[in-house]
Amino acid sequence: MHVPDGFLDAPTSVATGVVAAAAVGVALRRARTELDDRTAPMAGLVAAFVFAAQMINFPVGAGTSGHLMGGALAAVLVGPWTGLLCVSVVLVVQALFMADGGITALGTNVVLIGVVTALVGYVVFRALQAVLPHRLGTVAPTAAVAAFVSVPVAAAVFSLLFAIGGTAPVDAGKVLTAMLGWHVLIGIGEAVVTGLVVGAVVAVRPDLVRGARPLVAARELEIRTVAA
Amino acid sequence: MGAAHGHRLHHHGHSAVHRAPAHLKILVLVGFVLLVVATPREWYAVFAAYAAVVVGTVLVARVPLGWVLRRMVVEVPFLVFAALVPFVAEGPRTEVLGLTVSEPGLVAAWGLAVKGTIGVMASLTLAATTEPTDVLVGLRRLRMPPLLVEIMSFMLRYLDVVTADLGRTLTAMRSRGCEPRSPRHWPVLARSLGALFIRSYERGERVHLAMLSRGYTGTLPTTTGGHEHR
Repeated sequence: MHVPDGFLDAPTSVATGVVAAAAVGVALRRARTELDDRTAPMAGLVAAFVFAAQMINFPVGAGTSGHLMGGALAAVLVGPWTGLLCVSVVLVVQALFMADGGITALGTNVVLIGVVTALVGYVVFRALQAVLPHRLGTVAPTAAVAAFVSVPVAAAVFSLLFAIGGTAPVDAGKVLTAMLGWHVLIGIGEAVVTGLVVGAVVAVRPDLVRGARPLVAARELEIRTVAA
Repeated sequence: MGAAHGHRLHHHGHSAVHRAPAHLKILVLVGFVLLVVATPREWYAVFAAYAAVVVGTVLVARVPLGWVLRRMVVEVPFLVFAALVPFVAEGPRTEVLGLTVSEPGLVAAWGLAVKGTIGVMASLTLAATTEPTDVLVGLRRLRMPPLLVEIMSFMLRYLDVVTADLGRTLTAMRSRGCEPRSPRHWPVLARSLGALFIRSYERGERVHLAMLSRGYTGTLPTTTGGHEHR
């Protein structure tokens, strides 16, 4: 769920806005190294894909529904900086055109859903990849674990922001417990879908998965002869 | 949340609000909502004035109020959360309708609900009165990095293509007795999403090649006029 207006006080919203602007600024420069002059059309199309993937709602229970956040998914598929950019652009479009997520909470949402999930997801992904056997088969489970970790971390960062600039007198510890408990569940859903999607792409076009590129490059051409 | 995505939030019109430059509208929106968020929640009369300003703007824009209200469903999950706050918040207890709730929690819930609602309504007013292309021109004027505006413009341009692509896939799944929302069918859904990613990515590559063949050098030519038509 996106943070709406008035959830965090004005100073906190402005501060997260500054952090978000700085992170997006860095990502804009780094994405150029990931995509060179293809950045605009490629990131735009991937952002449209993330938006479409977020449109599918899953019933969570009690009449509410949740959807994919996609930060870790985008980071594994197109690289952390492009992924961060794509999710951030999705959030800007949702805030400006769909009133989904507050306009003053845009910085908060970009930091939580864009920056934290993409970067945490990618760091976990890379760390796991370093210790696991270098095989294509490990890419999808690794992405799933990365997605699983990224969601509760974003929830924890939200709880921290809430403790600093929250506008409701709810105990910070209670918020953290509730947010973590809830988001571990959401994280499981995020992990399953992320892992399956990455697995599906790796199966047909491993060259498109940024996180699998070193493995694809290291593969040797195998020539097998069929006995006539 | 899934309701009313796409460009359907724009309500065509020619009012003064529609014609106002987009960058002004964005600045006013951000300033106004920041003001609302910064206002102490005990100033009840001031919030009535804020609400009057938003409703007045909607009326001046000749956007039907019911049209705006129907699109405020994005806010519902958040209102549910606000309704829970009095029950979990700390502080002295008070009786409301036979229920024991926290008094400061009640005030906080009011603050969350009213600030969130005014914010959503104000944002909807911008979306209803401003074409996406005008918003992009406005953002560029507000010195948003050109590359970011370009990414946004490509996303908006292909949003309907990609979402319609997904929509057809989901229809095909449903017609084969598969319910994409159910976790039981997540493997099928995931394969569809994987295919959608590959299609979107390859479409991006084709768009890039088409742009190169038309003389693209890494940045889009900027339009000089203040108003851009599609």
